[in-house]
Amino acid sequence: MDGLELYVRMCFLRHFEERVDLLYRRGLIHGPAHLGLGQEAIAVGAASVLRPGDCSLGTYRGHAHALARGAPPDAVLAELLGRAGGICQGKGGSMHITSVEHGYFGSYAIVGAHLPIACGLAWAAKIRRTEAVTVCFFGDGTTNIGAFHEAVNLAAVWRLPVVFVCENNWYMEYTPIADVIPVALPAADRAAAYGLDRVVVDGNDVTAVQRVVGDAVAAARSGEGPSLVEAQTYRLKGHSAADAGAYRPAAEVTLWRERDPLLRVRAALTAAGADEAELDEIDSRTRSDVADLARQVLDRPVPEPSGAWTDVWSDGSWQWRN
Amino acid sequence: MAELTYRQAVAAALAQEMARDDRVVLLGEDVVSGGVFKTTAGLHEKFGADRVWNTPISEQAIAGAAMGAAMGGLRPVAEIMFADFYATCWDQVVNEIAKVRYMTGGQVRLPLVLRGANGSGGLGFGSQHGQSVENWAMCVPGLKIVSPAGPAEAFGLLAAAIRDDDPVLVFEHKALYGRREEVPEGEHVLPLGRARTVRAGGDVTLVGLSITVGTCLEAADELAGHGLAADVLDLRTLVPLDAAAVLASVRRTGRLVVVEENPGQLGWGSAIAAIAAEEAFSDLTAPVARVSGGNVPLPVAASLEAEVDVSAARVVAAARAVLNYR
Repeated sequence: MDGLELYVRMCFLRHFEERVDLLYRRGLIHGPAHLGLGQEAIAVGAASVLRPGDCSLGTYRGHAHALARGAPPDAVLAELLGRAGGICQGKGGSMHITSVEHGYFGSYAIVGAHLPIACGLAWAAKIRRTEAVTVCFFGDGTTNIGAFHEAVNLAAVWRLPVVFVCENNWYMEYTPIADVIPVALPAADRAAAYGLDRVVVDGNDVTAVQRVVGDAVAAARSGEGPSLVEAQTYRLKGHSAADAGAYRPAAEVTLWRERDPLLRVRAALTAAGADEAELDEIDSRTRSDVADLARQVLDRPVPEPSGAWTDVWSDGSWQWRN
Repeated sequence: MAELTYRQAVAAALAQEMARDDRVVLLGEDVVSGGVFKTTAGLHEKFGADRVWNTPISEQAIAGAAMGAAMGGLRPVAEIMFADFYATCWDQVVNEIAKVRYMTGGQVRLPLVLRGANGSGGLGFGSQHGQSVENWAMCVPGLKIVSPAGPAEAFGLLAAAIRDDDPVLVFEHKALYGRREEVPEGEHVLPLGRARTVRAGGDVTLVGLSITVGTCLEAADELAGHGLAADVLDLRTLVPLDAAAVLASVRRTGRLVVVEENPGQLGWGSAIAAIAAEEAFSDLTAPVARVSGGNVPLPVAASLEAEVDVSAARVVAAARAVLNYR
């Protein structure tokens, strides 16, 4: 995937999340929404090194990870807006966006829960000898929950083809991660405990993410076992769309705005000779594409209420007794 | 027919299903060496390292890996050594495994089994290794709950659980592992959600599960000595629940005693009692009676344990009370 394509994808994610933010503030999103604004380079860079058949999993901040694997944006938006044709049929919402068809095995809203599940997907690939790799994204706060330790340990002991990618945005919800870890870096400084290398990448540099996660994925695919990658980034907005993020020092926010992954990829492309006008055109086209999409999805009907009763048992019913 | 112990029946069912379907894999603590209760004895030797995997003491990793593997095309059977340990991986069980099919709008199904040793049975395992915890799972839509009362059921219900496309929790009773019984030769699979009438009688219905089926039978023997015929029902599974079998029996006897090993303050017996009250009220000639474990954490000394565990004597007393109700 060339630099321009990475830029197109990142622009789309940026405008998608900004539109979600807008829709949230208009009261059109039912339930919470956690935005990936500022973290686009990780989702796009990592997805660009995966093959069809590879698996990925994310957190409740998962829209970008689903879309980056190819989940249809209209179905994702319909899920967020509670309209017919939602990717989870209206039963998951923002925090549980899933597109198995595209290898995205779900967004998990209990911190750390999906790391053991990622181990299981990787374990199945190892047993079935499919050469598929699983990539699991999680936040810095996850490194303090027990499931993180259990999963990374199991992956290392079983030498599973899994890549754990910590998106360190420096905040555990509203609290600086430094306040709640006894080491400097939440994931990288703990890698040694599992016999893994200390891997840190600039998570706002999409080509760096591509290279570092690409190496980890290749190692996993060739049977060398798991990796733990710490990708350093920053949320441009609050923890959720309901949070203004006022607890963050203004100077810090300003500093990270200068490191915006969109600005970074643009600068790199321009330095390599890309046409500024073309980049601007991509930016405005993806923005209007998302706006059009939102209008179309808002025009859809709501899901049939009877859908609430299916998908509990395999036979489609919810009956627990005769 | 072959006579097997309950623990041998578990291992034999696992072997039957592993031979039938190479997607069936085992994981858990010490399962390679056969497990602390010897329920996976011989399987590593028979099926090899690709099918039987030892884990660290990491129940979240065990349950989560089972879920991921099920999404990845396998049919894992994970051992949770003592059912009390579900508390350490409850998020995986109730927030992930039970819900992922629903939350994804049916994009995935989870053909997986979590199984392990449950219950008190007077063995002195105490508060953290001796609880009966089926009721923990029963309030969570999306989980099936199996609790076999003997070797033939342990075999047939586990085989059915492994073949089921939904997550099933199998609660084996640790005090029954040594129990022997004839188990049918050849492929043996029992349907989930079908109760068994263990003994037919017209005076009072005794409903049991797992170890309390034996308690009910013991009580029925004593009642028979007084000329009273008990209808003893073994539920076998709590979800799906064969409520129709309970209601049909109550319509015949008019009297219901529910016998559960867990504390009664919110046991599965309360659900059975509620169903009877709602749907067989006019057939009942006496209030429903419940016999349950005590509403305390489990003590260890045998005399204290006997004080709070269910017993045939308490079932007899409850049955006599409903039979004498005016």
